[in-house]
Amino acid sequence: MSLQEWFVSSLTPPRFIGSANYSKILFGDPRFREAVARTVYFTVLAVAAETILGLAMALLFNREFWGRGVLRTLAILPMVATPTAIGLVFVMMYHPTLGVANYLLSVVGLSPFRWTYSSQTALYALALVDVWQWTPLIMLIALAGLASLPREPYEAAHIDGASTLAAFWHITLPLLRPALVVAVLFRAIDALKTFDIIFIMTQGGPANSSETVNILLFNQAFSYFNLGYASSMAVALFAVVLGASLILIKVRRTASW
Amino acid sequence: MVRRGGVRRWLSTVGFYGLAVMFMLPTVFVFYWMITLSLKPQVEATAYPPSFVRFSVSMAGYREVFTKYPFLLYTWNSLVVAAGCTALGLAVGLPAAYSIARWRQQRLALAILVARIIPGIAYLIPWYIFFRRLRMVDTYGALILTHLIVGLPIIIWVMISFFEDVPADLEDAGLIDGCSYFGVFWRVALPLVKPGIVATAILSFVFSWNNFLFSVILAGRETRTLPIAVYTMISYEEINWGTLAAAATLITLPVLLVALVAQRHIVTGLTFGAVKQ
Repeated sequence: MSLQEWFVSSLTPPRFIGSANYSKILFGDPRFREAVARTVYFTVLAVAAETILGLAMALLFNREFWGRGVLRTLAILPMVATPTAIGLVFVMMYHPTLGVANYLLSVVGLSPFRWTYSSQTALYALALVDVWQWTPLIMLIALAGLASLPREPYEAAHIDGASTLAAFWHITLPLLRPALVVAVLFRAIDALKTFDIIFIMTQGGPANSSETVNILLFNQAFSYFNLGYASSMAVALFAVVLGASLILIKVRRTASW
Repeated sequence: MVRRGGVRRWLSTVGFYGLAVMFMLPTVFVFYWMITLSLKPQVEATAYPPSFVRFSVSMAGYREVFTKYPFLLYTWNSLVVAAGCTALGLAVGLPAAYSIARWRQQRLALAILVARIIPGIAYLIPWYIFFRRLRMVDTYGALILTHLIVGLPIIIWVMISFFEDVPADLEDAGLIDGCSYFGVFWRVALPLVKPGIVATAILSFVFSWNNFLFSVILAGRETRTLPIAVYTMISYEEINWGTLAAAATLITLPVLLVALVAQRHIVTGLTFGAVKQ
């Protein structure tokens, strides 16, 4: 399909045009290239924040304390909540004049943002929703990883006079790596595919500033019914996602220090 | 000395809970805000500065959701599709996972992983043409089949690890005692992986319930599911925040309740592939 010129609306049947669609997305369509860059940027931003925050939270909560069960319950709520509904709530919270987000900022003395209503901040505001939803996943996986760590290396390090920070850097992180890499891998794959919240909250706007590949593709296919071209984009998106997964898997294998 | 140690421990406890609250506050706040907004009358929902604790409770938002829109029909649609998708997913996924785990079909396992990786939107174009040709757009069948694409790989992927934990000796004993392969699967393996089945069933249900992308294209007037209903409401109800929040609350509440009841299973399902390697 990606090798055809295929409009659903037109009367002409699909026409074979070879690799024309691919050369168009590779060389002739700046909008697609920008969308790819935006998708990758969104993913890196969101997943990096989630990993750091999630790891920090896991380290904090990795002990016996009153309210562990409550914490775990709270952690899974954002992950199972319907993205469409969450997007809707964030749209209302982000409202530049009536939204609670700007009110809270003004309470702590910060100047208001225009969040998803400005082309400068829209992508960040969307990434923030993703971080809100998925940081707990990294935290839960890291917590499970921490719980399975052996005690002996820490005792040895303590006897050898290593600081807490050194113990974290040289023992905890390397031992936690496998679990963490898988978590990041799955998060990255899903972040690259993010569609619901973006479509609900901005539809790619304002002025295409949050138009990721998913949104562009969806509009090409189901607003303009340009199915052939959209298919070639879908193949390209799949290649990006697959490439990202392969890179991450490779990183996990080779750099096991 | 003893007293200073006590003070320090007390301070560290306070600091710990302070940090804990700081980290978890955003999670709680968004849900709190959604629910309070849905209970506020129109004037207070859009009041600035917003009221956090003191506001008058009104059911106008909820009343509007049910009177202006066929919300019960949408809820029913969501239920049918999610339940159908889960049942079919388990019927296909459990034997598949068992066979992959028992006979170490690594290539099939990889294929399942690839199915998990492929962007949903890449499926959507072929699905769309396919179901249009079959005149199946706006049927439960189309929705259940497409939602399976999300649910099935998760079911299989998680269940493989569960089935791998079932001792092979146990199954061999069953075979020697005259059980068929299916009998061993049904009477020996399945009862042992019950926690896994519960976990994956819940996950598959939740993912189908939350699905927006497939339903927005393939559902029509009759089979519209809840996420789509909310999306169409946005365009009509730009300013009526109470109604929007009420709809958002109604959609999220069932999944949140399921999560509360079965939290242990959900954690297992969500983190399994990562931790057990």
